[in-house]
Amino acid sequence: MPILHDLELNRRDLMVGGGTLAALTAVPAVVQAQPSPAGAPALTKVSLTVNGQSHDLEIDIRTTLLDALRERLHLTGSKKGCDHGQCGACTVLIDGRRVNSCLTLAIMNEGMEITTIEGLGTPENLHPMQEAFIKHDGYQCGYCTPGQICSGVAVLGEIKAGIPSHVTPDLTQPVTLSDAEIRERMSGNICRCGAYSNIVEAMTEVAGRQG
Amino acid sequence: MRAFTYERATSPVQAAAAAAANPDAKFIAGGTNLLDLMKLEIETPAHLIDVNGLGLDTIEATSEGGLRIGALVRNTDLAADERVRRDYGVLSRAILAGASGQLRNRATTAGNLLQRTRCPYFYDTAQPCNKRQPGSGCSAIGGFSRQLGIVGTSEACIATNPSDMAVAMRVLDATVETVKPDATTRRIPVAEFHRLPGDTPQIETVLERGEFITAVTLPAPVGGKHLYRKVRDRASYAFALVSVAAVIQQDGTGRIAVGGVAHKPWRVEAAESELPRGAKVAAERLLAGATPTHENAFKVPLVERTLGSVLDEARS
Repeated sequence: MPILHDLELNRRDLMVGGGTLAALTAVPAVVQAQPSPAGAPALTKVSLTVNGQSHDLEIDIRTTLLDALRERLHLTGSKKGCDHGQCGACTVLIDGRRVNSCLTLAIMNEGMEITTIEGLGTPENLHPMQEAFIKHDGYQCGYCTPGQICSGVAVLGEIKAGIPSHVTPDLTQPVTLSDAEIRERMSGNICRCGAYSNIVEAMTEVAGRQG
Repeated sequence: MRAFTYERATSPVQAAAAAAANPDAKFIAGGTNLLDLMKLEIETPAHLIDVNGLGLDTIEATSEGGLRIGALVRNTDLAADERVRRDYGVLSRAILAGASGQLRNRATTAGNLLQRTRCPYFYDTAQPCNKRQPGSGCSAIGGFSRQLGIVGTSEACIATNPSDMAVAMRVLDATVETVKPDATTRRIPVAEFHRLPGDTPQIETVLERGEFITAVTLPAPVGGKHLYRKVRDRASYAFALVSVAAVIQQDGTGRIAVGGVAHKPWRVEAAESELPRGAKVAAERLLAGATPTHENAFKVPLVERTLGSVLDEARS
């Protein structure tokens, strides 16, 4: 039911006030009905490479990467929590690095390799981090989980690459994995259900398997 | 978010000229602060100049024995650079104490220097704020001011600079390199880069219209122990109540700068001559003339104690 889908989106986003972009992109008529005081919203063509697939879209320039992924490409794994870079629910990998997709414009990410939770694994072929989250009960409501998993995968990569953190004892020595390192590095991913200790266990297991 | 137009810069001078030609234009690099503020309509640029394609993302040795850090070097890469970790540890430590991994992956060196205050009244568009809306008044004075400035403040503004990185840059005597729309360049000591609020708190740096940061340079390493101690309400991912960046030599002399207390990284060179006499004397000199509010008066003893802890660690 695509029409109902768009209408629901429109209503919800107008009500919360912060997500009018999605409404604008989903229902272009709104653009004409409510011109911005700063000038007419500009549309642009953008080409995004997401999970290995290229997509050509026409979007309002203001569209964040998160809104493009969710509302245009219907990759709804990445979640909108705070929409201000504070909660980490929107975390995706861009050229292998974790990023808050709510704080970057879609158009700024042309030519980049974007990986969302949908690109990490599938229900039939889970990523090891997804498997470990299930095994260790690394979630409760699940809303923050895609962001936690994307971040978790990147964190292990960062430790392997020797990138230090706030809790790394000696900047001149190689970085070693520890609970403290994982906790510090995951502080940009908030879990309201408090699954933190199980997330640490899941990540520790995956790190161990990777050696 | 207000509507805007968008272009990709082709060179630093072109970016500067484009910004000078449009008074409502803003540069965008990482976007982690600007987009947040645009969503809240605190920043309302009519035009964005995306500078991400300009390179400027390498860290190179200078002929003076220091480092030139490109404006677009991401915070993660700057903190992880082996030369920075070895010779300018206070800078790595300061960066790693700020934000989250996701934000540091995108935030840039120049953008970090330009980030806006986190004063709650700057963020609340329903409240007067001289920084957001010049002449409207300061809600923070007499309001919720626990996080805010205690020194160098004015009757118009008591906001703080939120950057950790800038505090380390200040203690390292970094220099900001820029290019202007007419292609001339200049070098601004970071000490002079940020302004005190005075009666124009909306003007935060000495950058001129269109002027574009190309790099930040560090002088040759000065040795010593490099420490950054940040005191905050939670152990990670929070802005500083007080932070101390320090480079302390074996004989007890050294340099200190403090974050979380002023509109700019706070360093008073005269206070550094007191360092061998201990934290109390040095902190008193550092915060001379402080005018804390009832809510943030705790920052005065907190600076002294944090400095004391840093000096103890330097001696150990």
